Amino acid sequence: MGYVRVTKKHIIFNNTPMTTPTLSYQLFPLGDSALTLDWGNRIDEAINLEVMARYQQFRHQQFPGFIEAVPAYSSLTVYYDPVFIRKLLPAEGTAFNYVRERITEIMAVELTYKETNSRMVRIPVCYDASLSPDLEHILEENKITVEELISLHTGRIYRVYMMGFLPGFAYMGEVDEQLAMARKLRPKSTKAGSVGIAGRQTGIYPFTSPGGWQIIGMTPIELFNRNRKEPTLLQAGDRVQFYSIDKYEFAHY
Amino acid sequence: MRIIKAGIQDTVQDLGRYGYQQAGINPSGAMDRYAMQVANALVGNELHEAVLELHFPSSVILFTRPLMIAITGADFSSSINGEPVPLNQGIVVNKNDALQFHRPVSGARSYLAVQGGFQMNHWLESQSTNLKATAGGYEGRALRKGDELICRTEGEYSKYLNGKNFRILPWTADHQSGDNSKEILILPGKEWDRLPAASRERFLGTPFLITKLADRMGFHLGNEPLDILPGEELVSSAVTFGTIQLLPDGKLIILMADHQTTGGYPCVAHVITAHHSKLAQKRSAEALHFKMTDLETAEQLLQKQQQHIKQLQNACLFKLQPYA
Repeated sequence: MGYVRVTKKHIIFNNTPMTTPTLSYQLFPLGDSALTLDWGNRIDEAINLEVMARYQQFRHQQFPGFIEAVPAYSSLTVYYDPVFIRKLLPAEGTAFNYVRERITEIMAVELTYKETNSRMVRIPVCYDASLSPDLEHILEENKITVEELISLHTGRIYRVYMMGFLPGFAYMGEVDEQLAMARKLRPKSTKAGSVGIAGRQTGIYPFTSPGGWQIIGMTPIELFNRNRKEPTLLQAGDRVQFYSIDKYEFAHY
Repeated sequence: MRIIKAGIQDTVQDLGRYGYQQAGINPSGAMDRYAMQVANALVGNELHEAVLELHFPSSVILFTRPLMIAITGADFSSSINGEPVPLNQGIVVNKNDALQFHRPVSGARSYLAVQGGFQMNHWLESQSTNLKATAGGYEGRALRKGDELICRTEGEYSKYLNGKNFRILPWTADHQSGDNSKEILILPGKEWDRLPAASRERFLGTPFLITKLADRMGFHLGNEPLDILPGEELVSSAVTFGTIQLLPDGKLIILMADHQTTGGYPCVAHVITAHHSKLAQKRSAEALHFKMTDLETAEQLLQKQQQHIKQLQNACLFKLQPYA
């Protein structure tokens, strides 16, 4: 995978084959040009592994009229072109039924193993209060010290469950219960690079944007660069570990 | 062509950027893809060619060479050098002609196509402007005063101008797609069944006003709060253009061309794709009347709409032959 200068040193590849039985799912239309496969509305690593494996499968076994597939926590949405598909069909068929049949055929192929795209990305974070508007609040609410917060946040390897919200925004989890924090009631302007917590999720804002996550630190790394071949640093399925840097390192990164 | 006065939000858009939503990159693209394709058909372009999407107040545009253009979609009372020019007709403009838009007569978005399209880099396979990623289109942003757009045309137009400043071509695109109903047709969303009967009745039986919060990202509706039966909190999943979400305060939002790729609010319904065009031309304070339909009808209407555009494209290519 061609990654560029800024990020290369942070990425380690590790493909781990796993064997698990196919989980059951529900299929429903998302309007007239997409449909969603739903494995049950949960944040669960086993389900997300299935979602990602099926996502890769759909990308490699494209059917006529397939546009793209979008994986999420426990669902996979397939976008298709109904006008293109209807031209291939006898007069009475719907594009939705056609796509449902193609997908059912693909889903009938049991995954012998789930090879996850498990790159490991290490991301520096400065947990200095001057860069983290909600740090004091979260320390107070959760009755922990800043050292404990840093040790808890950097002490785990997180999974990128999905991408969404903003270009390059990764939904990662799950943080230690002692770090869990409810979203802000009203979104506030949040700077690019801000590292936040919402419930037991953690994420980084690639752009300055209104946001409701509680900000505990900031990374000097670019999460999104439109000039890169792959503009987003992170992808669904990645593993992420944060490491702490001080204000000096942040300023000179 | 040069922007000599900036509009409120005029951007380069094509049929959207697909294949990157898995990275959170929203598709963008024209809001009214029907009008955008009609504009392209009128000047003999491929239907997916990038065009300018104009909001009111719109840019004032100076043409720096002869070109063939067409304006479709919203009626913003356009003129060239002060003389009114029609919608849905090809126009050959001359060097130094100035195009202006005077007042928002009807609709919300106007489209300006130029024969040959714009000379502009593609970003991730599309020329659409993505305002969030500040990428694609013209430097990833709305057009500003002084911007120069290079047109890719190779046409030789001076012989059709005969010294005149511009010429309106003598055929008009029938902009009606055979669907004049005032209703916006919808399909049930996954959480439609979580609306109690009274909420569903109100959804389908009362008009919904579009609030001032209505832009390329979405239209917020000013409804009395709708009830929803309690259910488990939803984890985020993919959404799409036309998805109608129920917000925690009981109000509705319809996601439009610049929507986020994913969302965690209940999806109660989806506007059918064939009616995105009609919806995109609605303005703040206008009322929407929703009517439930089925997938078969939604697909048929979309197919008919696209057939209509194809026929128009063929007719225009035939008419344009002497101008080639």
